[in-house]
Amino acid sequence: MSTAPPPGTAYRVRHTSRYAYAETVSLSMHQVRLTPRAGAAQAVRDTRLVIDPPASGSVTREDYFGNVTTTFTIQDAHRHLRVTAESLVSVSAPAHAGLDSPPLTDALARLRGRGPGDAAAVEYQVESPLAPRGSLYARYAAPALDPDRPLLEGVDALMRTIHREFAYDPVATTVSTPVADVLEGRHGVCQDFAHLMIACLRSHGVPARYVSGYLVPRPGVVGAQASHAWVSVYCPDVGWVDFDPTNNVRPAGGHITLGWGRDFEDVSPLKGVTVGGGSHSVAVEVLVTPA
Amino acid sequence: MTPPGYAPLAGHYDEMVGPDGALRPHWRTVTGALSAAGRHEIARRTQEARRLIRDNGMTFHVHREGGTRQRHWPLDLVPCVIDGAEWAQLEQAVTQRARLLNAVLGDLYGPRRLIAEGALPAEWLHANPAFLRGCDGLEPPGGRWLHLYAADLVRAPDGSWWVLGDRTEAPDGLGFALENRIVVNGVLPDLLVTAKARRLAATFEARKLSLAANAPGHRENPRIVVLTPGPTAENYFEHAFLARYMGYTLVEGTDLTVRNYRVYIKTLGGLEPVDLILRSQPSEACDPLEFGGGSVSGVPGLVEAVRRGTVAVANPLGSGVAQSPALMAFLPALCRRLLDAELKLPSVATWWCGDEAAREHVLDRLDELVVKPAYPRVRRERTFGRRLPEGQRDRLADRIARQPHRYVAQEQVALSTTPVRAAGGFSPRFLVIRVYALDHGDGYDVLPGGLGRVSSSTDSLDVTLSGGGSSKDVWVVGETVAPHRSLIPDSVSPIAVSRATFDLPSRIADNLYWLGRYAERAGAVVRLLRAAMPLLSEESSRRSTAALTGALSFLTDLDYVPPGAGGGDLPPARALQAALAAMLCESDRRGSLRWQVDHLRNAAWLLRDRLSADSWRIISRLQSDLRSDRSARRERGGMRRTLDQMVMILASFSGAVNEGMTRGHGWRLLDFGRRLERALQVIELLRHGLTTVAEDERARIELLLDATDSVMTYRSRYLTSLRANLLVDLLLLDDANPRGVAFQLDRLKQHVAGLPERPAPGRRSPESKLITAAVAAVELVDLDELCEVRDGGRPALAALLDRVQEDLGGLSDALTLTRDYLTHAAPVRHVAR
Repeated sequence: MSTAPPPGTAYRVRHTSRYAYAETVSLSMHQVRLTPRAGAAQAVRDTRLVIDPPASGSVTREDYFGNVTTTFTIQDAHRHLRVTAESLVSVSAPAHAGLDSPPLTDALARLRGRGPGDAAAVEYQVESPLAPRGSLYARYAAPALDPDRPLLEGVDALMRTIHREFAYDPVATTVSTPVADVLEGRHGVCQDFAHLMIACLRSHGVPARYVSGYLVPRPGVVGAQASHAWVSVYCPDVGWVDFDPTNNVRPAGGHITLGWGRDFEDVSPLKGVTVGGGSHSVAVEVLVTPA
Repeated sequence: MTPPGYAPLAGHYDEMVGPDGALRPHWRTVTGALSAAGRHEIARRTQEARRLIRDNGMTFHVHREGGTRQRHWPLDLVPCVIDGAEWAQLEQAVTQRARLLNAVLGDLYGPRRLIAEGALPAEWLHANPAFLRGCDGLEPPGGRWLHLYAADLVRAPDGSWWVLGDRTEAPDGLGFALENRIVVNGVLPDLLVTAKARRLAATFEARKLSLAANAPGHRENPRIVVLTPGPTAENYFEHAFLARYMGYTLVEGTDLTVRNYRVYIKTLGGLEPVDLILRSQPSEACDPLEFGGGSVSGVPGLVEAVRRGTVAVANPLGSGVAQSPALMAFLPALCRRLLDAELKLPSVATWWCGDEAAREHVLDRLDELVVKPAYPRVRRERTFGRRLPEGQRDRLADRIARQPHRYVAQEQVALSTTPVRAAGGFSPRFLVIRVYALDHGDGYDVLPGGLGRVSSSTDSLDVTLSGGGSSKDVWVVGETVAPHRSLIPDSVSPIAVSRATFDLPSRIADNLYWLGRYAERAGAVVRLLRAAMPLLSEESSRRSTAALTGALSFLTDLDYVPPGAGGGDLPPARALQAALAAMLCESDRRGSLRWQVDHLRNAAWLLRDRLSADSWRIISRLQSDLRSDRSARRERGGMRRTLDQMVMILASFSGAVNEGMTRGHGWRLLDFGRRLERALQVIELLRHGLTTVAEDERARIELLLDATDSVMTYRSRYLTSLRANLLVDLLLLDDANPRGVAFQLDRLKQHVAGLPERPAPGRRSPESKLITAAVAAVELVDLDELCEVRDGGRPALAALLDRVQEDLGGLSDALTLTRDYLTHAAPVRHVAR
């Protein structure tokens, strides 16, 4: 476990996506989720989005999950697109730092009884398109998720298992590799590990969500200078606790959160539809620096 | 009197006959009339109904492994009769259910109190793929979530009605119900009147007013479109039919575009705003940007436009969440809670396996229940537990235990029976009726009728049409209810006179262009075949061995006949006859008449909502004539008759188009296609007929004159003197001959000038340049030079034909490929990172 930076450290984040199209795009529409989400352990002080060529219209609102979403349209013919998101955020370690929690069996019983505050977690307990439930995942997670063990200890053990048994391999999988193939091949990137861990937890009835964001670059961390993804788990009495299976850590000030949802599809940083354009190439650059 | 031989099944309610064996009173008129008409008369009228269905192109698609098949709509002529007093009760109950589901939808996409307070399970909602989070917080105008709601009703042995399933996404079948009525009205017109069956038309009129009132902006004459997935959709016929019946434009996703948060239709004249979209496809296929999933079939940005309130969608996006059969288990409590009333129309007993107690109950009784997916997607598989072998039932139980929330189980109902026409008279079949509630602005109208569906036998409970079932018209008779009072005020301000045809979508324009080309091409083949026929007659003065072999090689050169057709050793007359018969009868060969006509019919199918009923019937007739009676066409008399018939049918199609179509852009594009194809066909004939000098050139010239329908003109000018140069003048240079190339070029030039998007002054469009070049090439040529024979050929003629053909090819490409007229839509792509 790496040591956390001091609480309330400020960072500047710049995320640039550049698209080059083989043919002219006559019309394009994009939806981006590139604005960090404010929360208990994260304050967002300044944020802006620069679109080139300029958008003919753009609207920013909170989506169903509460993430800041901007939808914009470019109506003039274009051959390239550059989207730059810049933010100033300060992050601190979460209040609940340890693994104290009720045993898994009790936690699940609590969830079934639907205590106050637990109802919203149901959304993340059921399957979603990219993070299904299944006996395959249940079996894989069974040794870690012992019914008598405190829930968060079990989750921590599952994270360690995944980190130990899976190879980080940026070329083995693509955005659309199903999580079953990830389990089979024992390799992938942060997105794959997050989906796998979520599938394992949901298959045991534990609510888990997908978190999109960035890593503060430090020696030894995997996945900085790019979009990152990790997992958040709901535990009755405690609330949501983050786990990063790619780096085998519980985020504590070194992770900057953009937003969360059921899986990648809900929080995709940038997606769009173009009319025309032919084939395209894309380059993404993420820069996180101390402010 | 009960028809003799009609035996209801024990343990089932029969719609026509009571438990005492007596005819139910409300059936008296219908049963009496049909019995009196007699078996043969009913059979005759059934045939008549089939012909109407075929002529109207009333079909549905069956998607099976290995492809999609188009089938004619099955309709049993015996109506299903419902008593008016009983219907009045049903109307109220269906209306209540529509209001209830409307309220449920409003909550699910709004405050979600039902979830927070536990009236509906959170798991059910959150695992429901039809719950579209992108639609959260959307409030449709007037809070109306269901403009159209449908319920599948069944009747239990005690006579009570139950709901088997709800349809809230984009309920289908309404168009078929209406078309069934139109067909039955066509063959049993008097009976419909004497039985006092309630009419359907008024409900549709009310719906039109209601939809217009719901369009944002409250324009006097809002633009409403029907959004269809396209011609391969299961119910495309219905989409096209309803669009035409209601007077709306039928569009596919690619016909629409969103600019500045407003939806526009891409028309030949430019972009025109759309006010309301009547949706015939699932919500998640409507906006690839918002709902993703790799679909590009929808309208990117539609959700944002809806959110801005610039366009309305009916039913609103996301409405499909309420058609999960799992919801039926909770409706009685929801009804008390939301409407403060008891549910009037109960559901067939339903258990959602996501609930633990319900699941145990289901697993205990798996052998008696019907299992269905809780979240039906496109297909709705059902599993009858009773019919499963032990092993499979265990596997089903296993699947349920693993993913319980994905399943519901329903009590198996002993369906009621209703009579269908059968060999000996009438025979009972199981019945399910789909009824429709249509929003009228301040509540719901229930269509006084519906879509009846019956099983293929009493051994099967399957009433689906793809499973072999049939459909029925539903008649509500007897007691009439107070006429509907519409709360929508009558329009006061007059609608401005418009002569424009601006709502012609570019895709439709493209289809019209190709329809014109296919119609002309089919005509050219028919005329050529017919021109060759006289050669087969022993009495013909034109017949010579050289003429016969010349004609055969001519057809081969034109690629109508495969090389070596008819066998090398056959005498030339037999070989030619075999080749002509093959062109008439073969279906798979490219270029055969059947192939041409199939293409023509497919092009017309894409334009179902644009062609007049007459035009469509003419084309249907063309295809069915060619498909029937194949053996007769092997011999000469039959061939001749068929060809004469087809020439007449094609001429009547031209007539229907020329006399019936407004001279707008649609007609222009269709005529553009015709003219261009006709010019190309004549060029081909001249190239293969005259650019090399044939052994028997006189016979060749006669053939060309016949094939171009120019015999009369030629004779009137030159009597019987057959000269190649005179023919070239008539077919290529003479701009007064409506069959000649010069005439077509002249028309094309006018059409190009009339295209809507004109270039800036001083600049010429590519189309204009190409047609001007072709016209000049033909005008500037000298006939004698053109027809000069060198080395057994006419090289100058060949060069000119090549040149004009190339210009026309370029013109076609310029129109359909490179310019904006017909292709506003470049391919839509997803990008993500």
